[in-house]
Amino acid sequence: MQNAILRKSHLNDFISKLAAMEKVMAPVAKDPTHFAFEEVKSAKEISLRYIPTILPPKKYFMPQHETLLEYDTREGQKMRAVAEVEKIVLFGVHTCDLAGVQCLNIVFSDRPKDLNYLIRKNKIAIIGIECNEYCDEHASCALMGNHIPKGGYDMFFTDLGDYFFIHVNTQLGEELLDKTGVYEEATIEHMNALEDLRNKKKEIFKNEVDVDKNMIPELFKKGFDSPVWDDLGERCISCGNCTNVCPTCYCFDVYDDPDLGAKTGKRIRVWDSCQNEPFAKVAGGESFRSQRKDRKRHRFNRKFRYPVERYGKFFCTGCGRCTRVCMAKINLKDTIKSLAKEYK
Amino acid sequence: MEKMSINRSAYKIKEAKILSVRRLTDSEKLFDIALQNGESLDYEPGQFAEVSIFGVGEAPISICSSPTKRGSFELCVRAVGDGRFTNAMHKLEAGDDVGIRGPFGVGFPVQLFEGNDLMLVAGGLGIAPLRSLINYVIDNRRDFGKVNILLGCKTPLNMLFGDEIENWQKRIDINFSCTVDRGAPDWKGNVGLITSLIPGVDLDPENTFAVVVGPPVMYKFVIRELTGKNIPDHRILVSLERHMKCGLGKCGHCQIHNIYCCQDGPVFFYDRIKDLKGAI
Repeated sequence: MQNAILRKSHLNDFISKLAAMEKVMAPVAKDPTHFAFEEVKSAKEISLRYIPTILPPKKYFMPQHETLLEYDTREGQKMRAVAEVEKIVLFGVHTCDLAGVQCLNIVFSDRPKDLNYLIRKNKIAIIGIECNEYCDEHASCALMGNHIPKGGYDMFFTDLGDYFFIHVNTQLGEELLDKTGVYEEATIEHMNALEDLRNKKKEIFKNEVDVDKNMIPELFKKGFDSPVWDDLGERCISCGNCTNVCPTCYCFDVYDDPDLGAKTGKRIRVWDSCQNEPFAKVAGGESFRSQRKDRKRHRFNRKFRYPVERYGKFFCTGCGRCTRVCMAKINLKDTIKSLAKEYK
Repeated sequence: MEKMSINRSAYKIKEAKILSVRRLTDSEKLFDIALQNGESLDYEPGQFAEVSIFGVGEAPISICSSPTKRGSFELCVRAVGDGRFTNAMHKLEAGDDVGIRGPFGVGFPVQLFEGNDLMLVAGGLGIAPLRSLINYVIDNRRDFGKVNILLGCKTPLNMLFGDEIENWQKRIDINFSCTVDRGAPDWKGNVGLITSLIPGVDLDPENTFAVVVGPPVMYKFVIRELTGKNIPDHRILVSLERHMKCGLGKCGHCQIHNIYCCQDGPVFFYDRIKDLKGAI
């Protein structure tokens, strides 16, 4: 089975049955404009229409705070390398966030592999959901090509009126769907309806920046010394919000957290941000990106140029979170547009 | 939340013991370290290790011995004012435990150097990583042509590995010169920046590899002198200083443009990094 449908009247059944078997995380409204992935027990708690959650699903794949080692130095030096894992089902993941997880997968699978990430990833089932229209004006998913699904899920839901079309992408997806038992086989009409929707989306989702995506890495290369960075450097306050909410930012710090008594403790990994001044500091005190403009430029290059050179892939998903949370109102689309104006 | 043991974790340390500690200067100590399992660390000159003191943390330290030294390896650590890790390291004694991850990174391409002359330039603590190469070259001396070593440091009191340097000075198969920024009453050697030593060196630029290791400020000036001697950019190598947190090309701290210093370096051919702003 590759395609199925779920009547909307059965959604609550689907979620409740899933939640009875697995821990289900889904977008929940914190207030009318803020959403977060949280554990749910029923469909009523879920916001099916939502703008990207405050934190992307990366929080489940790469927790903000995670134990890498536990140590005990009371008798010699004993330690255990650990991975903290939790079996969950992520429901309602937008295509931009599916793309974000795919970026993280590349980095942590790149040798030397990061088993903490990879072991955890294998415990997470993903059910995506299609955006039939834009979430808001900050999204640039069409520029990045992430307004339509490109894999990265076990099941994918598309709202087609009074039912969801479900694309079943993996064995795990099929097993989960089977266990809930509340679906019907998709027919040719359902397929046609999906195709109609995708065609309609072509009229709605248009490249938001009017720049040829393939030219973007070159744009950032040419614009390395652009006044655009001076402007951003003057405005940026180095709060690091942009990196925290970014679905593809994965930089981290590692530190020891001793228990009381200091003989035992944990080695912890936490999210870090290239926007913090000490981030690129070295022994001797020299900082290689001491100016805010250097750090801002580095972050943008890490989304639009360096990963394209390294992995052949953009590390911006177009989710728009960095723009939504920026305390200095730095706008990603405007930044690209300004560079394009100068160097196109 | 379930906690699983992962034996193949890249964050797992190799248990190691400090065999001896030797004070080199007021701020630097030399640690001789062996892995507890009896194996050798299996490193190349120029590579680094992540060194752990549980409860304090981890720091990347260049391995300063040559892999031709069997059984143990050496780390030279400078205790700096606010350096929590390096100060804790200086409190350790022979018999104490440390953790080791690595070796990491790309070291000096010693096979490529074979049959060539070498021009090795170290500034300050840069002598530590370069010593791994110098001792390797000495132990395999017949594989290399003419060997020039230039060393610069702030004052004679800051000179590391003084006893070894005396030996290098005595050897007829090595041209060694050193200079200090500021002399001392009993100092009879050169006074001046390390760049002042380079014009006097007689070298064949077509057949020489130059290696530069030192504080960030030094590279530009030394490389200008080497270029002035007609050494092409692809025959100049540098070892870059960055704070590598994970050593695995993930944490982002040591990233220079698209390069991870911990995996792609710390040793780089100059022509690869010369156009990367902020690299040196």
